[in-house]
Amino acid sequence: MEVNEKIAVEHGLKPDEYKLICDLLKRVPNLTELGIFSAMWNEHCSYKSSRLHLKKLNTKGKKVIQGPGENAGVIDIGDDDAIVFKIESHNHPSFIEPYQGAATGVGGIMRDIFTMGARPIANLNSIHFGSTQHKKTKNLLRGVVKGIGGYGNCIGVPTIAGQTCFDQSYNGNILVNAMTLGLVNKNKIFYSKAAGINKPVIYVGSKTGRDGIHGASMASAIFDDKIEEKKPTVQVGDPFTEKLLLEACLELMSDKSIIAIQDMGAAGLTSSSIEMASKGNLGIELSLDKVPCREERMTPYEIMLSESQERMLIVLENGKENSAKKIFDKWNLDFAIIGKTTNSKNIELYFEREKVATIPIKFLANEAPMYDRPWKKTKVPQKIKFSKNDFKKLKFNDVIKKMISNPNICSKQWIWEQYDHTVMGDTIQKPGGDAGVVRVHGTKKAVASSVDSSASYCYAHPFTGGKQVVCEAWRNLISVGAEPIAITNCLNFGNPEKKENMGEFVECIDGINEASKYLNFPVVSGNVSFYNETKDKGIKPTPTIGGVGLLKDYENIMSMNFKSKGNLVLAIGKTEGSLDQSVFAKVILDEKKGPPPEINLFNEKNNGETILKIIKEKLASSVHDVSLGGIMIAALKMCINGNKGVKFYKFKGLINIYQYFFSEDQGRYIIEVDKNNLKKVESILKKNSVHFDLLGETTDKEIIINDEITFTVDKVAEFYKGWLYKYMS
Amino acid sequence: MNSSVIIFPGSNCDRDMDVALKKFGFKNKMVWHDDDKLPKSDLIVLPGGFSYGDYLRCGSIAGKSKIIQSVIDFANSGGLVLGICNGFQILTETGLLKGVLQQNKNIEFICKNIFIKINNNENKFFSNIEKNVLELHIAHNEGNYFCSEDELKSLEDSNQIAAYYCAPDGKIDEKSNPNGAIKNIAGIFNEKKNILGMMPHPERMIDQYLSGEDGSIFFENLIRNLK
Repeated sequence: MEVNEKIAVEHGLKPDEYKLICDLLKRVPNLTELGIFSAMWNEHCSYKSSRLHLKKLNTKGKKVIQGPGENAGVIDIGDDDAIVFKIESHNHPSFIEPYQGAATGVGGIMRDIFTMGARPIANLNSIHFGSTQHKKTKNLLRGVVKGIGGYGNCIGVPTIAGQTCFDQSYNGNILVNAMTLGLVNKNKIFYSKAAGINKPVIYVGSKTGRDGIHGASMASAIFDDKIEEKKPTVQVGDPFTEKLLLEACLELMSDKSIIAIQDMGAAGLTSSSIEMASKGNLGIELSLDKVPCREERMTPYEIMLSESQERMLIVLENGKENSAKKIFDKWNLDFAIIGKTTNSKNIELYFEREKVATIPIKFLANEAPMYDRPWKKTKVPQKIKFSKNDFKKLKFNDVIKKMISNPNICSKQWIWEQYDHTVMGDTIQKPGGDAGVVRVHGTKKAVASSVDSSASYCYAHPFTGGKQVVCEAWRNLISVGAEPIAITNCLNFGNPEKKENMGEFVECIDGINEASKYLNFPVVSGNVSFYNETKDKGIKPTPTIGGVGLLKDYENIMSMNFKSKGNLVLAIGKTEGSLDQSVFAKVILDEKKGPPPEINLFNEKNNGETILKIIKEKLASSVHDVSLGGIMIAALKMCINGNKGVKFYKFKGLINIYQYFFSEDQGRYIIEVDKNNLKKVESILKKNSVHFDLLGETTDKEIIINDEITFTVDKVAEFYKGWLYKYMS
Repeated sequence: MNSSVIIFPGSNCDRDMDVALKKFGFKNKMVWHDDDKLPKSDLIVLPGGFSYGDYLRCGSIAGKSKIIQSVIDFANSGGLVLGICNGFQILTETGLLKGVLQQNKNIEFICKNIFIKINNNENKFFSNIEKNVLELHIAHNEGNYFCSEDELKSLEDSNQIAAYYCAPDGKIDEKSNPNGAIKNIAGIFNEKKNILGMMPHPERMIDQYLSGEDGSIFFENLIRNLK
């Protein structure tokens, strides 16, 4: 087939990009070469719209061993132990085929982790769906949850935390972001940079099939009415093979055979071979006849663009081929020497003794297009003036019931009960807490991790929203007693070619960056997913932040459940009463406008560090951060988890009682304190100039507001836990 | 006491079981599925996981693996065999235990704490156990135990039902049945009571920081009985 502009456009390239390819090559590419260009130059692989802005991110820190640019980020947790982690999106495929899309998302991120020599020790996920009223939501939710579980459960890595959000902006584009943490000895980390000439290039894992061809291009395009036709671009997962691949790779990594290793993720053999060669400033030569294929008569084009799962590419030391092969034979996996590194600085492909492609690697990697797209700044929206009348008609009990059973607040137990969260025997905080916590096997240490997003805040004001998500992740780690160390980000946005969407992206990044710098909470890995748009309607800007922190002694772990009756309950941090963008404003007052709550980074840091002090001195019985639904929802969750009640002292503030209990002011926590510890806690808070309110005290079962019993904890628990089960049944 | 844990490709609770056995005093060895000989053992454990991917019936390929003949011989000569979760599924596939494990009634994977009531403690696994109701953990997609009426009758007649899912107070009711298992059956023995298969994972409940500690009671008791 003769390549022309029309075919290039069908491959997702723009006419001027096609012209650039011809200019660079000084000729017209053949079809295989065009396929390779389209795979490497699409948004998903090239980051062409985002690179310019991602450079701004704060990626350095004392504990950062590896920042962005590798398969995953790496942080130091002491004693030669390091944590490898990253979050990645699998949004487009999950909408088309929820089970396989989500499953292969989990498989892909786990491969990124063990590619670096780390054994995965925890999975997390952040999933966003359309309105609960939308006809597709239930099936998509069911399929995604089954897919995530189906993959992670089989591999035997616990899923320890997550986040689920419903909003109509995801009706046509759901989000599935999967995150994995792995444990590695910091002296035995493997990288993707090839080195040395004439080193064998090895293909291991599953055979190559025709699934997932152009997956990365599909993930770089907006959806229209014909998305069902894209089903063949979705990959099919085989967690069993991945489990074998994991064990085989870790076994091979125990000696010094591997020079470089890269998993075949998006754009399969194309991107893995080019990335390794590019990082090593080398050339690479592949004989595609030697690639193990699942189907007959696959063409070079198909072999290079297949996104079949559970495959790895390895550059091996000379002479290690036989010992390496033995390991893969033991695990019943394919092992094939398919090429070698060269000094040509080109990728050269052979098939049936003919040369079928030659492209200088720099054109595909560093010299790929990069755009400075036009973008528009978002103004801070006007504050909403709520009047007394807005609150007059409300009944407190109705409000509580409606809030605690709201889809974005209610318990997600229906979801996490389908994930194996206890395998590996080290999960000490399961899903449902502020962050998941797993012990570092065989040590006193534990690693905490959480994943968060706040699309409504980011939509209202991207800069503030970007800051807020980072702070939320920080707070969640503090709440379980962990020192926050670093974050990974998954940046889910609409169409970067629209200046509003591009503006959201740029300003969210600026916000993330500002908070990340101030809190010394660097970004070590991440991924960008643009074109989350269907028929001209984009999603709300949704940067998802995965945070990781360390507990030096897991016995100091903190949890949110109220521990015993008669303890004091304190709200830490100042409550200003701003309801704009709160769940209360949206659900109870039907007011969706206004700015998100302001972020004061000084208070954020100071309050968080003070809470950590209180936890370390063992002065708090429970801790929970205040987020969606404000103080009331935070306190009720502590009641429900601890099977206790709470009596709120008579409210004496200047602001309206609804504003006090339901505003989503930032930087706040609720803590439970034994009466005997109050003086010590007060003195720490005062010494650090942290504002606090004495809210009330824990009771046996009753939830008492203004001297009246509103509900028992059992009743509230029913509202909280029941909603999702009912919805899904 | 010597124990051996068999590793099949796709096993994923092998390490957890190894940790638990060692914690309570066993000298444990890991045995690869492709071996044909078992080390000298007082207890053989088939761990949880997804042996061979469980793409056919769960446990069916493992039930025909190379090592399994030695396990069958060991069991038939009276040796103690414990199958947890996928291990239980494998034991039914080998025919060492009766019945099958079907997909959970709600067709979803379930991971949560449950309670079991020990039904028969005249055997090496449960005799002298200090609590009759244990809080353990399940994590499975196919734990819905089923057998024919005749098989059920013979299980009951020869006291082969090891444990039932129950409420925290020990009451055996439908509400406490997590997966639809016939008669709330959580685990069964062979006729001689030297083979135990059960869905719950005691190895995940062995210290106060985990989901619970009742797994410790199981292992402490087991090694005491074997000494």
